[in-house]
Amino acid sequence: MTDETSAVVARGLRKTYGRTAALDGFDLTVPRGTVCGLLGPNGAGKTTAVRVLTTLLRFDAGHARVAGHDVTRHPERVRAAIGLTGQYAAVDETLSGRQNLVLFGRLRHLPPRTVRRRADELLDQFGLTDVAGRSAGTYSGGMRRRLDLAASLITTPQVLFLDEPTTGLDPRSRNGLWEAVRTLVADGTTVLLTTQYLEEADQLADRVSVVDAGRVVAEGTSAELKTRSGADRIELVVRDAGQLPAAAGLVERVTGGPVRVDREIRRLSAPVTDRITALAELLRALRDAGIAVEDVVLRRPTLDAAFLHLTGGHPGGARTEVAA
Amino acid sequence: MTTTVETPRVPSSHAERASAAGPLSRLRWAVVDGWVMTGRNMRHVIRSPEEIVLYFSLPIMFVLVFGYVFGSGMAVPGDGSYREFLLPGVFVMTMLYGLGATASQIAVDAGRGVVDRFRSLPMARSAPLTGRAGADLLRALLELAVLVVCGLLVGWRWRNGVGDAVAAVGLILLLRLALTWLGILLGLLVPNPDTVSVIVFPLAFPLTALSNVFVAPELLPEWLGAIAAWNPLSATVAAARDLFGNPGIGGESWAAQHALLLAAGWPVLLIAVTAPLAVRRYQRLSS
Repeated sequence: MTDETSAVVARGLRKTYGRTAALDGFDLTVPRGTVCGLLGPNGAGKTTAVRVLTTLLRFDAGHARVAGHDVTRHPERVRAAIGLTGQYAAVDETLSGRQNLVLFGRLRHLPPRTVRRRADELLDQFGLTDVAGRSAGTYSGGMRRRLDLAASLITTPQVLFLDEPTTGLDPRSRNGLWEAVRTLVADGTTVLLTTQYLEEADQLADRVSVVDAGRVVAEGTSAELKTRSGADRIELVVRDAGQLPAAAGLVERVTGGPVRVDREIRRLSAPVTDRITALAELLRALRDAGIAVEDVVLRRPTLDAAFLHLTGGHPGGARTEVAA
Repeated sequence: MTTTVETPRVPSSHAERASAAGPLSRLRWAVVDGWVMTGRNMRHVIRSPEEIVLYFSLPIMFVLVFGYVFGSGMAVPGDGSYREFLLPGVFVMTMLYGLGATASQIAVDAGRGVVDRFRSLPMARSAPLTGRAGADLLRALLELAVLVVCGLLVGWRWRNGVGDAVAAVGLILLLRLALTWLGILLGLLVPNPDTVSVIVFPLAFPLTALSNVFVAPELLPEWLGAIAAWNPLSATVAAARDLFGNPGIGGESWAAQHALLLAAGWPVLLIAVTAPLAVRRYQRLSS
C-alpha cells in the first residue's frame, strides 16, 4: 500500500504547545477501507492527531494526507471528504435534531430538498425521529452522540474520524454505534478511531496503533499486540518463609518460566501460558509437598499493563482474575 | 440506533466540486453559506423569544427617557424640536449598543463544541461570521422599525420624502454592519464571554456622549466640539438628520460639512479593517 492510495498518511507530525510536544514524530498509514484504532491513555496525543488530520489544528512539522489530499495545502478538499465525530458532541444545542442535520447538510452544499429527505432518513436510522423536533440541548448523552454521528454521515465520508466515540455511552448505544461503523466500513469508508479501551479496538479495528507521548509506539492486529504485551502471571503467597525456596522450585518446574521471589511478603510469581492447567498442577504439587499457601491469583495484563509493557514503562496495576 | 442500520442512498457532496472551482464559485458559496448561517442564528432568536423583548425594550426606553427627560431642557440650533433632533441620534445609538450583543454572542458561540463541526465542514471559512453579521443586521432592521414607529408616536417625522429617508436608514444600517464586524472581532479576542459586556459598555458610553447624539457639537466647548464632530457616530447622525430633514445640522467644521461622505467612509473603513482580522482570528481559534 503506497502513500498515494492510503486513506490516511501521516509522516513525522510534530505539534508543540510551549515546551510540551503533543505530537512528536507521529507516523501513521491507514489503508483504504480499513478500520484503524489509535489506542493510548489520556494525553498520549490521540486527539491532537485527529485534530491535525481533520484540519482543525495546524501543526509545526511533518506532512499529512487524508483521502489523497494534502492537509495543509488543500484543507477544503480534505473537509469535503471526511466526517468527524469528536469526544464532545459537536451539535448546535439550541436547534432541534432535525434542524441540526439540515444545517450541516446545507453547509455541505446539498440542495435543500435532498437535505430534508436525508435528515429524515438519518433521524430514522439513529432512532431519533421521536425527538427530532426537540432542541438538542434536551437530549440525553447517548442521543446527542447519535445525532453527532448522524451529522457526520449526511454525505458518506471517505474517511470517518471517531474520537473516543463511545465514552459515556450505555452498552446498547455503544453496540449500535459499533454496528453503524461496521456498516459504513462494508460500504468502503475508512475509519480512524481513537479509544482508551482495548475491547473497542478489538471489536472494530483491523489494526491497532498504540500511541504514547505523541508517537506511535506499536502497531499490529489487536491479537498481535496482546501477545506482545506479556503473558498472564500466576502469583502465590506461602505461609512459611522457610518454604520459599522449595515452593520456588515447584513453581519453576510447573510453569517453566523465570520465577520472581519477593521475600518480604513471601510472594512468588511466574508467567504462565496455559493458566488453568498451570494453576491446577501447581496447587496439587504444593499440597503433595506439604507447602501451606495463603493466597493464589492469576493475573492477566490489563490495557494499562499491556500499554506500559509496549511503551517500555513499568508494569503497573493488574486486575485480579482468579483468587483462590 | 436501536434498529439495524441499513445502507442508505446517500447523496454525493457538491463540496469537492465547489472547493475545486474558481473564485466566482467560492464567492457564491461564501454568500450561500453565510445565508445558511444567518438562518441558523435567526432560529436561535426564535427559540428564545424573551431575548426579542429585551432587544426592543432598550431602544424604546431610549426614546422615552431621552426624549421626555432631557428633551424639556435641551436646546437645538436653529430652533427645532428636540425630539426631532434626538431621534436620528437614538437610531444610531441603538446600533452602537447592539455591538455588545454581537460580541457576546460570537464569544459564546466560539466556545461551543459545534465550532469544531463548522470548521471541519467544507463550508466557506467566513460563513460563521458573515452569518452572525447577517442575523444582526436583520435584527437591527427590526429595531429600527420599532424605533421609527416610536418616533412617529412622539412627533418625529421625515420631511424630505421616502427616497431620502430610505437612504438615511441605509447609512444607519451600514454603520451597524461596521459595528457588527467590530463586535465580532471583540468577541473573538476576549478570552471569556462574560467579560464582553464589561468591556463594551465603557467603550460605547463615552462614544455616544462625545458625539452629536444628544447635543449639537457647536454648543459644546470648542475642543469637545471638535472631538464630537469627528466622531464616526456623529457623521452618520448628521447625515441622517440631513436626509430626514430634521433640525440640528450644520456647524463650521469640515467634518460637519461633509457628513454624508464621512457617514459612508467611516463604516467602509472600519469593515475593511475589522472583517479580515475577524475572519483570520476565527480560523486560528484553538489551533
